[in-house]
Amino acid sequence: MILLGINSIINNIPFLLEGLGVTIALTVVSVTLATVFGILLAMGRCYTRQPLPFLIYIYEKVFRGLPLLIIFFLVYFGLSQQGIHIKAFYAAVTGLVLHSTAYQIQIFRSAILAIPEGQQTAAMSLGMSKPKTIFYIILPQVLRLSIPGWSNEFTILLKDTSIAFSIGVVELMARGDAINSMNPSGILHVLLFIALLYFILVFSINKGLNYLEKRYRLSGYEVTAVQ
Amino acid sequence: MRSLPELLEGVPITLLLTFCAISAGFALGLLLALGRVYGKKGISYSCIAYLEIFRGTPLLVQLFIIYYGLPNIGIIFSPLLAALLGLSLNSAAYQAEYLRGSIQAIPANQMIAGRTLGMTRFQSIRTIILPQALRISIPAWSNELIYLLKYTSIVVYIQVRDLTFQAKDIAAQSSRYLETFLVVALIYLLFTILFSEIVDRVEKRVRIPGVGLSPRIVKRNMKIPFKT
Amino acid sequence: MHMLEVVDIYKSYGSCEVLKGLSFTVDKDETKVIIGTSGTGKSTLLKCINQLDPPDKGEVWLEGEDITNPSIDLNRIRQKIGFVFQDFNLFNHLTALQNVSIGLEKVKKIEKENAREKALEELRRVGLEKQSCQYPAQLSGGQKQRVGIARALAMDPAIILFDEPTSALDPELIGDVLDVMKNLAGKVAMLIVTHEMGFARNVADEIIFMEGGTIIESGPPEQMFNNPKKERTRQFLGRISTLYGKE
Ligand SMILES: Nc1ncnc2c1ncn2[C@@H]1O[C@H](COP(=O)(O)OP(=O)(O)OP(=O)(O)O)[C@@H](O)[C@H]1O
Ligand SMILES: [Mg+2]
Repeated sequence: MILLGINSIINNIPFLLEGLGVTIALTVVSVTLATVFGILLAMGRCYTRQPLPFLIYIYEKVFRGLPLLIIFFLVYFGLSQQGIHIKAFYAAVTGLVLHSTAYQIQIFRSAILAIPEGQQTAAMSLGMSKPKTIFYIILPQVLRLSIPGWSNEFTILLKDTSIAFSIGVVELMARGDAINSMNPSGILHVLLFIALLYFILVFSINKGLNYLEKRYRLSGYEVTAVQ
Repeated sequence: MRSLPELLEGVPITLLLTFCAISAGFALGLLLALGRVYGKKGISYSCIAYLEIFRGTPLLVQLFIIYYGLPNIGIIFSPLLAALLGLSLNSAAYQAEYLRGSIQAIPANQMIAGRTLGMTRFQSIRTIILPQALRISIPAWSNELIYLLKYTSIVVYIQVRDLTFQAKDIAAQSSRYLETFLVVALIYLLFTILFSEIVDRVEKRVRIPGVGLSPRIVKRNMKIPFKT
Repeated sequence: MHMLEVVDIYKSYGSCEVLKGLSFTVDKDETKVIIGTSGTGKSTLLKCINQLDPPDKGEVWLEGEDITNPSIDLNRIRQKIGFVFQDFNLFNHLTALQNVSIGLEKVKKIEKENAREKALEELRRVGLEKQSCQYPAQLSGGQKQRVGIARALAMDPAIILFDEPTSALDPELIGDVLDVMKNLAGKVAMLIVTHEMGFARNVADEIIFMEGGTIIESGPPEQMFNNPKKERTRQFLGRISTLYGKE
């Protein structure tokens, strides 16, 4: 039994590692885009005039209330019904970014709100323009403050990529599903191995970002963003 | 929309899964949190291991292991039971983290004050620490509820006939993907908004006058607000 | 021409009228001290001067230019008006040196090396060259405020506004900051809101007593302390010197 299981892992290693590659690619592309949009929209919510903040708020509410799976279906099947065909990988990226951005706006916005108002006043009193104030004074502090929340979101997104198998992206989870349909008798070990791969990824992201947070922590300065 | 009744057939399953899993997850999560904070070394480390494993792997993989994997060693669950088990075990890990944060946010001298009244450690935890900690954790918990509701949708991949299952079915038969999924999206959205409103009300009800509750924790799972 | 001329300014927040027609001037290298009870609008006045919170009515002239004119480039004007805050407002993510040099680099567009040089010089002037690499959180309150002063000085402002620069400090740290300010007296125009009567008496060229959004009386320290014209001034100064002690 165990031998059978180990055998099925070993036989499938190349196949699984390919899937792992897709998972990583999906994660990296999506997290990058979602972070950029998250920062921009958070600033949009804090620094622009109505109605933009309200629209961003609605966006957040909607996309945090929808299951990722349904977002995937809408983007992939819904669009293709309208004659817009996009590759499953890009549909998955779109879905993940739409979903994660909604959460990241919140992370960055609470960091922005945690920066004392005096920082901006002081910058303005030196004659800094608003864009300069945001870029040189606010943003560097916001990014530091957001690291814990952001790293959390990063690992959630990684775990969420597994749902992309629903629209046929051949990432790690899809490989497991494929092996399951070919050879269900040894699947337990394969699935445990897949779980281990995810675990290692999540673990390294957490450790890496923890290190980053320590590294960029301002000694003695403890402001925590209240989320 | 003629298939609406058929679609709505899935709603009870989705809600059932959400409520059962949040309750079971809460009970187990509370034990894990207490074990982690107050347990002896062995217990504390076992709890940490549990949390790390369940929070370090995707829910979908966990569901697959329970439904497709365990039969390899002779353990067989029905789809619904497998879904319930997976969701509960997973949610317990997240809820335990929220609860731990809230427990640790209660000042240490609350415990000392209890002990000076002659309460045992267990009594102090039960009558002094927990009533405060549970109140603090409501916002995070509301988040978890919404999250769980959303994530029940993936049980469709272990053959559970929930809302999403019905939607997929109808969409495939009628090839009206866009309309069907938009309606389902709306239903989920309705429930998520409804739930967070209800929990908000409850939170205001049970708030202790003068004790500043932490501002809403609008996050998937807690990390910053209870930095320890 | 005065360095700074404030002409009849008014400011309200909602229905609460804070400034009710204030006028005064500050000349080149002159030191003026504003005193008055809490909540009379001293901070509001300073914010109206550097247009962080523009007045509703009235004019503020700086070096012959009407800076309340809406078409004016405020970022250019603010470079000429230094501001020292009660609660320091140092940039938390920058070292003492970077706090001083950032305005030079990003606003005045001075080359990095030169900005650094200049910033170091300003830190030396406030006695903090040793602390140049420390972050604000690693500095004492008095040190923070001296960095705040250096940051304002570095921009070579025409005038520096101080909003109760020592009131957030422990008593034993106040002296360091006041010494720095004493050294500046006569070298740059300063408008100082403070409760430090001993300092006001020794350093100010003129003291302005403000209450209820207007100026009650102003004059040289000798006159204000020894024979004020108004009864209210006498009362206030009498009370405050028993409170803070005479120097
Ligand atoms: N942004 C604001 N919005 C509404 N009211 C304000 C605002 N800023 C100041 N005020 C009000 O204006 C009045 C004057 O405030 P200000 O801070 O100028 O007083 P102050 O003389 O500096 O007092 P203190 O010595 O305590 O610093 C106060 O009654 C205050 O409540
Ligand atoms: Mg003030």
